[in-house]
Amino acid sequence: MPEMERIAVFGGIYNNYLALDAAIQDARQRGVDALYCLGDLGAFGPHPDRVFPLLREHAVQCIQGNYDISIGNDLSDCQCGYTDPRDNYFARLSYQYTYQHTNSANRDWMKDLPGQRRRQLGRYRVLMCHGSPRRMNEFLWESTTSTHFLEHLADAHQADVILGTHTGIKWHRQLSGDRHFVNVGVLGRPENDGRTNVWYAIVEARPEFRVEFIPLAYDHPALAAEMRSERLPDEFVETVLTGWWTTCLEVLPARERRRGKW
Amino acid sequence: MSIPLPILDAPVPSVSLAHLDDLWFQVSGTVCNLTCHHCFISCSPHNHTFGFLDVETVRRALEESVPLGVKEYYFTGGEPFLNREMVPILEWTLRYGPASILTNGTVFKDEWLERLRRAEDASLYSLEFRVSIDGFTAEDNDAVRGSGTFDRAMRGVRQLLAHGFLPIITVARTRDDADDVALVKGFARVLKAQGYDRPRLKILPTLRLGAEVDRQRGYRDEERVSPEMLEDFDQGLLICNHSRVVTDRGVYVCPILIEAADARLGATLAESLTPYPLRHHACFTCYQYGTICSNASSGRRDA
Ligand code: SF4
Ligand code: SF4
Ligand SMILES: [Fe+2]
Repeated sequence: MPEMERIAVFGGIYNNYLALDAAIQDARQRGVDALYCLGDLGAFGPHPDRVFPLLREHAVQCIQGNYDISIGNDLSDCQCGYTDPRDNYFARLSYQYTYQHTNSANRDWMKDLPGQRRRQLGRYRVLMCHGSPRRMNEFLWESTTSTHFLEHLADAHQADVILGTHTGIKWHRQLSGDRHFVNVGVLGRPENDGRTNVWYAIVEARPEFRVEFIPLAYDHPALAAEMRSERLPDEFVETVLTGWWTTCLEVLPARERRRGKW
Repeated sequence: MSIPLPILDAPVPSVSLAHLDDLWFQVSGTVCNLTCHHCFISCSPHNHTFGFLDVETVRRALEESVPLGVKEYYFTGGEPFLNREMVPILEWTLRYGPASILTNGTVFKDEWLERLRRAEDASLYSLEFRVSIDGFTAEDNDAVRGSGTFDRAMRGVRQLLAHGFLPIITVARTRDDADDVALVKGFARVLKAQGYDRPRLKILPTLRLGAEVDRQRGYRDEERVSPEMLEDFDQGLLICNHSRVVTDRGVYVCPILIEAADARLGATLAESLTPYPLRHHACFTCYQYGTICSNASSGRRDA
């Protein structure tokens, strides 16, 4: 593999193939050596099967998220672990929809994805994971993750840069010895800030480390229309159209919750 | 004063500390302004079995926690805000990491909350308040927590809201017939009336220890954790797998067992990292319900 120094990293796609398509074009235009996705291909949005041809055609290198493990292995739920009855109700709805509309070839493909990837980016050893390097469905929120805990992860997993997603909100923390933790955000839905764009990250080492979070506009009214015609919940459509989360709020810590509307 | 908890003599499994994620502080010992009938460590204004932690002790433990890679800090009691140093303790902690405080919500002063608002704003981290209220009517709550406590806790919720906090209301399932969906709906309605339009709720089981033994019943002999039970069990659901608690009498395995002599693991964090055998009936409640003490944002699945 030739030396890489600039990559685009996508977080959860949540069936949002329109955003994925836009992100691939956008990243290509900005010039990157490779495209990565950190898992959670399904959930939330319409037409799960439309995601896979894009990933394959553009050689997006994926790892598994909790959703992909669940769908790929015919599990009964998405392993998000909601306890609030309302959150659980919506989580179940989107899981069932995604499961029923993902064909068996795609399910097998997800099942065979690796759980993590390691890459060399310039002089940095990069570890790509879904939630955290130690637990695929661990939430690492900016406001509830101490810096010394991240130092511990970087030590224990021998990484200079740890990339993750899973929470739905991007952030970056610099650690000692020019090491970094980056949550790359998600393509699947906006990040609860009242804007309709979604986010991905461009990570580079030229030779210094730099992360740039890219706000990505896509045809969200079209996504909303398709979600309606697939009879997905109005609450999900509202999130796409307004940029505010309406469900699965239980897991947000105080600080992140306060920034949202609900 | 309470009688130390007896230990089981049957074979029991040991739980190793996978990693010290959550560091707890028994910051007001067993001292509380209330005397709830279900309190598993029988706290009261007169129970000085465990005393207050001072800022210095907390600071030493915070420093010790850095190389151990602790992720989050939790404060409990008793009622933490009876500790006169509670505000400076939280101000210090927010320089190190996220802090959660478990309170009955009845003794806040506005000037404390103003300082804590500034401390949270100056920090990268969340300051979470968890307020215990055990029924969505004064009748239900006060039967367990004492007369007038419902109204006082609701006032506490309004004070927190006024200072920009979004408290998590923790509800102990004090009646065996309680229906969780009805509880959630009832609380949502009552909290909305206080101006809390996006209430956060966490429903917890009670622990059959302390005052709860007289209120309902203690553990039955068969309510225990055997080695076989842990074979296919996700130990991450047990607090002792990822936490320790600092008290004025040393470091204990978990906040639930501070009255058990064998649960004291050492004087410092470093000494407390050893595995712990689940020798107590209370361990059965953890086994049944999992993650009863962490916030939902930690992403540990409740059973
Ligand atoms: S349950 Fe909480 S508020 Fe009630 S007596 Fe015990 S420590 Fe105090
Ligand atoms: S009471 Fe719970 S947390 Fe404490 S030692 Fe027993 S199982 Fe572990
Ligand atoms: Fe995920």
